[in-house]
Parts: sequence; structure tokens; C-alpha cells
Amino acid sequence: MATFIFAQLTIREAQRRRILWVALLMGIGFLTVFGVGFHYVMLELEMFSDGGTMNTAAGGLLAIGLYATSLLVTVMTVLVSVTTISGEIDTHTIETLLTKPVRRWEVVLGKWLAFMLLLALYLLLLAGGLMLFVYLRSGITLQNVPAGLGLMLLQGLIVLSVTILGGTRLSTLANGVLAFMLFGIAFLGSWIEQIGALFQNETAVDIGIITSLLLPNEVLWRRAVTLFLPEMADSPVMSAGPFVVISQPSPAMVWYALFYTAVLLLLALFSFSRRDL
Amino acid sequence: MLAIETTHLRKEFGSKVAVADLNLEVARGEVFGFLGPNGAGKTTAVKMLLGLTAPTAGEATLLGAPLGDRPTRARIGFLPEHFRFHEWLRAAEFLDLHGRLYGLPGARRRAAIPDLLALVGLADRAETQLKAFSKGMLQRIGLAQALLNDPELVFLDEPTSGLDPLGRRLVRDIITYLREEGTAVFLNSHLLSEVERTCDRVTFIRRGRTLETIALRDGPETAVRLTLRVGRPDAALLQGLAQFGEHVLLDRGSGAITLTIAGEETIPRLARWLHEQEQNLYTLSPQRLSLEDRFLQIVGEESEG
Repeated sequence: MATFIFAQLTIREAQRRRILWVALLMGIGFLTVFGVGFHYVMLELEMFSDGGTMNTAAGGLLAIGLYATSLLVTVMTVLVSVTTISGEIDTHTIETLLTKPVRRWEVVLGKWLAFMLLLALYLLLLAGGLMLFVYLRSGITLQNVPAGLGLMLLQGLIVLSVTILGGTRLSTLANGVLAFMLFGIAFLGSWIEQIGALFQNETAVDIGIITSLLLPNEVLWRRAVTLFLPEMADSPVMSAGPFVVISQPSPAMVWYALFYTAVLLLLALFSFSRRDL
Repeated sequence: MLAIETTHLRKEFGSKVAVADLNLEVARGEVFGFLGPNGAGKTTAVKMLLGLTAPTAGEATLLGAPLGDRPTRARIGFLPEHFRFHEWLRAAEFLDLHGRLYGLPGARRRAAIPDLLALVGLADRAETQLKAFSKGMLQRIGLAQALLNDPELVFLDEPTSGLDPLGRRLVRDIITYLREEGTAVFLNSHLLSEVERTCDRVTFIRRGRTLETIALRDGPETAVRLTLRVGRPDAALLQGLAQFGEHVLLDRGSGAITLTIAGEETIPRLARWLHEQEQNLYTLSPQRLSLEDRFLQIVGEESEG
């Protein structure tokens, strides 16, 4: 019950602090830029290309848009959730909440659920908008859309759980540094893995896998793009890029990511219940 | 059953001892002042009582339940010292949120909120966002928040620090009202004159230890310092005076004797006794010590030691 109150409060805060409106407005801007760009590229392709090349190029553009979405969603998740617990501890706002007959973990879970909902809606707006635009303009559709979007959502939930857990013990800034650096390391590791796979260097691939275990965020994107565009994964047309997957992440990585998220969330609930305020 | 009882409550942060040995008994319906110099451990003590910080050792109960008991928190109100609330909430929304956290049903919240806003003088600000509130107004709305659940015990941490004289008067009136309602009030304040006017008893703490608890209300139990001068201030007389009070002292220079008696009703008995002893009585002067005198006496003594 109190979990629900805290979730509602978190959403209301996002609304009152104009986070929702700015995000919505900028999201529309993002879709507009993509839409205009996509339209003009298609005009060019329609004049000079055959159907196959056109489909591959359109799919590639869509993949770029989705990749940008995946990065944006990750970064924005960190930004909006990084102060939510440590900030209320710093301002002592939390004291009047926790002296009520509520359980401490209800505060943490409520916030987590609220951010999950906001994240899911925003992902749906951006990714759904991109897909809809591409479909209306070129008739191209992606495969395994619900599963792929689910993986992109999980990308956000992973960093959300990191910042929520960090917020129970770290200052806002330290928490932000932790989340972004973890993301940065996993990002770099993922590229080392890709390049390692290209040159068949096993050590490089292993480095990538280890960093993915540290933060299985980027690896989920690669999994998602192979679901969305399975034929592009083996297409020789495109050179290496974030939307071409040379080293295929194992399906076990998805289970690992789910487990990782759940464990971090549970740790956050436990950690906050135990700390002195 | 007591409102608050602590025995040997202790809190260490690493090697630093914030509260060394806290022993308190606060009765139901009593207005209790918690006094001590800065850094005496008052805030940590309050946080332990409210379950925000876990004690290292010792035991305590609030309203008969052990510390941290969740259902008991529904019967307690709290105005923190650093009252920062969700500033993007409107005043009525803020109270509604805290009412929901107390588990109050909607009908009760709708009935209580306008009354409480009126009580703290913010009836016309129900729809104003808290970010537009002054410090004094925030303190008032915080006070209303602490009273939402008709608590049996209220913790007020420096409730008058941000208030103008009018606001202080309001807080005093609210404390008087709470006493009439039978609510126990635990008041943490630096303003000794405020404490003196509102509290039934006060306890002094220093370096995380309770030093002394004294009664403040007018009445027979209020301690009085007596100064007297008699014809023959000899050892037998001083011994005899010890039955009436404590700290019997003779100033050999002036011949004045001072002693602290429990209350004014001792004075006529003492005068009769002196008469029976065939002592000539030259001076018999009672003096009530101000809280500030007592504070400096009790806390000061300790700091010199």
C-alpha cells in the first residue's frame, strides 16, 4: 500500500518538476529529426537503388535511431533517478516519511516501480515512434518487436537498479559517477569484444564478456538488434557498427541481466532498511 | 505506562560516541523538555527514539512498544529540526500525503486537513505550493503534519527556531492544547524561556549523558533556593536543617545559610522549627531559580569537571 503511495509521489514529482513535459517535448524533437532525415534519405534511395538495398539501408537507419534511443534511455534513467534517495536523505525530507508507519523498503520499491513505468512509457514513445514512422514511410517492419523492446527496457532497469542501490549509501554525485563509469566500462568492453571478434582475438572477446557481467547493459542492445533485424546481423553490406553484431551475446546473458537487476534491487531494499539516517 | 522510557541507550559512530548513556522517563500527557549544549547528542537521541538510527546498546520503549515498532509510529507525531518537505506539493496535498502515510482513511483526512490548516494559521494557503512558503510557514505546516493522526506522543525538534514572536505564541498555544488533550510532548529546544513557559519537566544532557531532571511547573514540587540568617549558625543547626532540604551551605563570612528545598510549603514548617530551636531569625528569603540559572548550574558544573 505504502509502496503505491511512494510510486505515485515519484510520478507526481516528475510531473511537477516538468521532467515529463520537457522529456515529451524533446522526444517529439528527436522523432522529428529522425523523420525528416529518414524521408530525405529514402527519396534519394528511391531514385537510385533496388528494393533490397533500400530495405537494408532503411533497416540500418532505423537501427541507428533505436541505438540512439537505447543510449538516451540509459543516460536519462541515471539522471532522473540518481538523486531520488540520496537527495531526500541530504535534505532530511526522508525523515518525516520514515517516521510514519511504513516499511523502509516500501519507499525504495515504490520509487523503483515509478521509474520503471516512466522508463517504459518513454521507451515506447521513442522506439514506437521511430518504428511507426519507418513503417508509414517505407513499409518496413522489424521482427520480434515486443521481445526486443523488452530487452531495451531491461537495459534501463539495470542502470536504474544500480543508481537506486547506490543512492541508499552514496552521495548523489558519487552515485552518478559510479553509474556512468560502470556504463562507460561496459560500453568500452562491448566494443573491444566486437573488434576482438572481428580479428578472432579470444582475449578481447573475454574482456568484453567480463565487462558485460559488470553491467549487462550494452550486451542487451546487441541481443535486441539481432532480434529486430536477424538478417542484418549476418549481412555483409554494412561495416562494423553498433547495429551490426559480430560477437553474438549468448541467450544466457539475458537471464543474467534479469538476475542482476533483481539482486541489485533486493540489495537496495535491504541496504536502505539497515542504514542510519 | 510511560510515553518514553530509555535505559542506558547508547550510540557510537565508529569510535565517536554520540550518545553515551541516556536514561529518560517521560509520562503520558507530560510536556517534557530536552536540553543540552550543541553537540550534546540531542539530535542523535531523538533519531534513535524515532527509529531513524539504530542504537548501539541499551533499551527503550515508546508508548510501551520497543523502538522501531511500526504500528506504534501511527500514534506518534514528529516535526524534525531540518524540516525540508517536498516543495512541489501544495499545502493541502502535503498534509494529505502524510495522512495517507499514517494510514488515515480518506474521510478522516478530508475532515482533519482544513482544521489543521486553520490551527496553524494557513487556512488560506491550502492550494499554495510549499516552495512559495517562508521558513516560518514551512514550520507551521510541518507542525500540522505532526498532528494529523491525533498522536499520543509528539516530538518537536526546535519548533520555534524559525518563527517570529507571533509564531512562537502559536506553538506555545498548540503545546498547551496538546497538554489539555493528554498528548505527551517531547520538546527539543534551545530557547530556554520557551521551554520554561511550556514544559512540565526538563532533563539536561551533556556529552550524551542525562545529568539531571527537574520539575518546572508551579506548585509544591518546584524547587526553591532559600537564604536565611539566624542568631547561632552552629553545626547542630546545619544538621537539623538537612531534614528540610539539600545542599545546606554556610557562608562563614556573612553567616548566611543557603539550602534548596523541594517546594514552598516547606518554608512555614522550617520557620516554626527555627522558632522551636529558639533561634532568632533575621532573614528568610526564597528564590526560584530560572531555567537559565539551572542550565548553567547543571551543564556548567559538568563542563568544568
